[in-house]
Amino acid sequence: MLETFAALGNGFALALQPDKLLFALVGVFLGTAVGVLPGIGPALTVALLLPVTFKLDPTGSLIMFAGIYYGGMYGGSTTAILINTPGESASMATALEGNKMAKAGRGGPALATSAIGSFVAGLIATIGLAFLAPALVEFAISFTSADYFALMVLAFVTVSATFGASRLRGLTSLFIGLALGLIGIDKLSGQQRLVFGVPDLTDGVEVTTLAVALFAVGEALFVASRHKAVVEKIEAVKGSVWMTKEDWKRSWKPWLRGTLLGFPIGALPAGGAEIPTFLSYSLEKRLCTKPEEFGNGAIEGVAGPEAANNASAAGTLVPLLTLGLPTSATAAIMLAGFQQYGLNPGPLLFAEKPDLVWGLIASLFVANAMLLVLNLPLVGLWVRLLAIPQPWLYGGIMVFATMGTIAAKPSVIELGMLLVFGLMGFMMRRFDYPIAPVVIGLILGPLAETQLRRALTISLGDPSVLVKSPISITLYVLAAIALLAPFFISALKNLGSNED
Amino acid sequence: MTFFNRFARAAVVAGAVLASTGAVFAQAELKIMAPAAPGGGWDQTARSMQQALVASGAAKSAQVTNVPGAGGTIGIAQFVNGAKGDPNALMVGGFVMMGAILTNKSPVGLDRVTPIARLTGEYEAIVVPANSPIKTAKDLVAALKADPAKVTWAGGSAGGVDHITAGLIAKAAGVDATKINYVPFSGGGEALAAILSGQVTAGISGYGEFEGQIKSGKLRLIGMTSPERLPDVDGPTLKEQGVDVVIANWRAIFAAPDLSADQRKALLATIEKMAKSKEWQDILKQKGWADTYLSGDAFAAYLKTENDVVADMLRSIGLVK
Repeated sequence: MLETFAALGNGFALALQPDKLLFALVGVFLGTAVGVLPGIGPALTVALLLPVTFKLDPTGSLIMFAGIYYGGMYGGSTTAILINTPGESASMATALEGNKMAKAGRGGPALATSAIGSFVAGLIATIGLAFLAPALVEFAISFTSADYFALMVLAFVTVSATFGASRLRGLTSLFIGLALGLIGIDKLSGQQRLVFGVPDLTDGVEVTTLAVALFAVGEALFVASRHKAVVEKIEAVKGSVWMTKEDWKRSWKPWLRGTLLGFPIGALPAGGAEIPTFLSYSLEKRLCTKPEEFGNGAIEGVAGPEAANNASAAGTLVPLLTLGLPTSATAAIMLAGFQQYGLNPGPLLFAEKPDLVWGLIASLFVANAMLLVLNLPLVGLWVRLLAIPQPWLYGGIMVFATMGTIAAKPSVIELGMLLVFGLMGFMMRRFDYPIAPVVIGLILGPLAETQLRRALTISLGDPSVLVKSPISITLYVLAAIALLAPFFISALKNLGSNED
Repeated sequence: MTFFNRFARAAVVAGAVLASTGAVFAQAELKIMAPAAPGGGWDQTARSMQQALVASGAAKSAQVTNVPGAGGTIGIAQFVNGAKGDPNALMVGGFVMMGAILTNKSPVGLDRVTPIARLTGEYEAIVVPANSPIKTAKDLVAALKADPAKVTWAGGSAGGVDHITAGLIAKAAGVDATKINYVPFSGGGEALAAILSGQVTAGISGYGEFEGQIKSGKLRLIGMTSPERLPDVDGPTLKEQGVDVVIANWRAIFAAPDLSADQRKALLATIEKMAKSKEWQDILKQKGWADTYLSGDAFAAYLKTENDVVADMLRSIGLVK
């Protein structure tokens, strides 16, 4: 423990030199700037900016990476909150409540709770990375395909939190997403499904394309269709742009809970950032003292998912550093960046190159702090974005959504999908169907299917494998509680009111 | 005026000299397409080339673009249409693309681009968890012969080089390759976790993916698919254990269709200069890629025979009918 602190101290001595701080600042700035473009996620951001770091020394470039990574994650949330356009799928949960807040003139507090929540989560998760990495990685490896499937079941149960008013409409949306998830090459057999001879469909529907289309394009079309009927009044700022005392009180617990969900799930080789954000969203909805506010801009619904998102980002570094396993595209690019300096992440890294590892961990702290330094003063400025006249604002959103999609996957068919799904998003808004379940279905469907079939392939078709491990049993119990608790609670409430 | 004229004439002459000896001078801006998302093997190859081309002075600059999708078949289709006759356009490709073209029945094949050179190869490593009763390739073959379904393999995507390797091992053991129980994982990370936790019998991937775990004693290397032992790898080949499987996941560089003979020659020279440079050799060592440089007509001939081998293999594991 003491050794860890000494090593971390050395890391900070490296990361806190003035030129290194400058690299962190430049990294966060570039990352945020590129990350706000819809459709450009952290992976592409880091890939685009990788050559910039070729000329730097290892520590400098690692610090810049860390800055770009965190900046890119945060940039996606900014547009999610302000203009309902998540830059990547992990900030989708943020858009649900965040954009409602922004429309009610509370964009400032939403951005602030997102930035501070990201900072708190990043801080705790980085401490976790420094001290718990070896233990956590053992847990992550012991996660079998059957356990992943149990995790997906839990996620499916909690999706209902995003359904809005009507359960039937929510389920319809979810099944549209599940159907879209069937498109592409079947991962286990290598056979094509619903591809219709179009090579661009063999990899399935890109989650980012669907999310940007449904949220951004759909919203723009919807606003355009209604501009003659009723002009929706968006107040740029109502009250303070800062968080009130009550905002703080309602935010800190979601930050911590989000971190606790995001970090371990992010450390799982197939965990990702989306599942913890959804879990956090539905958890906050259940625990919120003012559930009626959910759907109309509850600050808990921004604070929790944002913390979960950032904590999972630190979580992905656990398998990367301790096993050399890149579990996300971003991590794979960071791995390429490390190797450029002859640094081979893996079981021996902590022993062989301690100064670099601790330098990286310290630079994560520094980048995290820099994110706050850069973005909190900008909150007031970002919020002014909403004061742009609507035709200009939504025209701009369409341009950036298209550009981002083309940058990530330059193909005409991808652009066609963006438009078709955009129209679908418009129709769904018009007829009051929730859009988030579509994207969740697209993410969870293929994951659940692959893990279930993989578990059964390994067990030679024996279904008892699904409930064999303590992890999967625990997850099923949690899913059952999440499913049944609302009924019990309402039954108890009825009982209480009868006694009166 | 006269000064300007003279200057212009000098520039024209210099330009002509440059053009005629393009092989000697650094070429203009090269564009390298990685037909995959950032982070994968092709992307890393393209970005390493970018670094080595510029650092070795073989090219003035190089720009990498990613066109992901369908094992590279989307990239190659776009490359053939968009870069036709462009002497500065390059595309990375390899074994996996060859397989994807066959399994996806892609209308655009590798016969439509101009082969320049094979650059790297990664031999496959077969590993088992450290506590596995399987100690050698012979044990593995024995287990396969007893019941091929009970030997579960973890590796990359279905129909990829890992899957084909598993099929080849079964075939070499005299077992029906369509009966193997191969579990595809997306990306090396998930597969490695499944192998380490003992969920599967054996794992297959490029040696680099397992190197750290083998050195730290968590995985046992029971065979490499290289023709002979490699200097940096401490372990036997499959071949020396009587399992006659030699296969490498090669990666190569291609140029646009419809190039003139001179343009092709200039690109061959640029890539040769890069491949022989110290910068490139350093990168190969860092990444653990074998130098399998083979260029021009010899490479074109290799592509033809390799295509038959891959098609044959995909047929025997049932992915191509």
